[in-house]
Amino acid sequence: MDWLFKPWQWYISGPLIALTLFLLLIIGKRFGMSSNLRTLCSIGGAGKNVSFFNFDWKSQRWNLIIAFGVIIGGFIASNFLTETSVVNLNPDVVMDLRNLGFESAGKTYMPTELFSNSVFGSFKGILILVIGGFLIGFGARYAGGCTSGHAISGLSNLQVPSLIAVIGFFIGGLVMVHFLFPLIF
Amino acid sequence: MRSILYLLIGVFFGIVLFKSEAASWFRIYEMFQFKSFHMFGIIGSAVGLGIIITQLIKKSNVKSVFGEEIKIQPKELGVRRYLIGGILFGLGWALAGACPGPMYALLGAGYFPIIIVLTSAIFGTYIYGVIKDKLPH
Repeated sequence: MDWLFKPWQWYISGPLIALTLFLLLIIGKRFGMSSNLRTLCSIGGAGKNVSFFNFDWKSQRWNLIIAFGVIIGGFIASNFLTETSVVNLNPDVVMDLRNLGFESAGKTYMPTELFSNSVFGSFKGILILVIGGFLIGFGARYAGGCTSGHAISGLSNLQVPSLIAVIGFFIGGLVMVHFLFPLIF
Repeated sequence: MRSILYLLIGVFFGIVLFKSEAASWFRIYEMFQFKSFHMFGIIGSAVGLGIIITQLIKKSNVKSVFGEEIKIQPKELGVRRYLIGGILFGLGWALAGACPGPMYALLGAGYFPIIIVLTSAIFGTYIYGVIKDKLPH
């Protein structure tokens, strides 16, 4: 049982994500987490003025319940299934990140510089999270899916559009980390 | 009854996302630096098995556990929306270090600044809906 409380290796985690895909398919649903963002807009009344949000959001209730489950899953995993949440990074990456100002690299699960509650008092920290979130929401809907809808379920269905989207995810991620991070941090 | 099933699948997925460290900002950075096999192993093995699962389900014409037909609608063909949208998503994914699934897991794990990311992602989705007809697709 010891393994349960340690970080899960890729060869356990990957197949378990595939199992999630399987469970959703055999109950007749599709894997896609970013659709919930659209549903939340619709619940907020965005459908009154914008036709993109004018749909029967109740038909997407199942996916909101899944998202709610993911929140509970995160709570259970971090509180009851984790001894130490330190991420065992490549030492080169720890060095890189310390040079960029991330002192928490190699010591925590998330960088305290962006995800501790003190960020609520940091203009730069808030701005980074706002811009990041905006790009995620805008980009996911523009591309018609995110990591779950395109990278996992789309590629599994051998869809060319999903392959193009995933190539896009990597172009964006590489540009951010290699060219923009030195300017931002 | 079905709601409980959805909830349990979500709980399971949330635990996997957190325990696999796919929800860690650091792991996303490391992936884009190509300095660890971890994330590539997760995505690669999930997709490898996912292809087998999806193709078997399609070929066998099995019904869902509720007796309904399993429909897997392919995405519309095109390049621009997937490439441009994908690049924008990738920029955000690397900056905030979380995609739309892990965001919820991180919220549950108590990393409350993720609320800023989530709120802004909802706003980004809204703005897409407003200007979508003016964008190349």
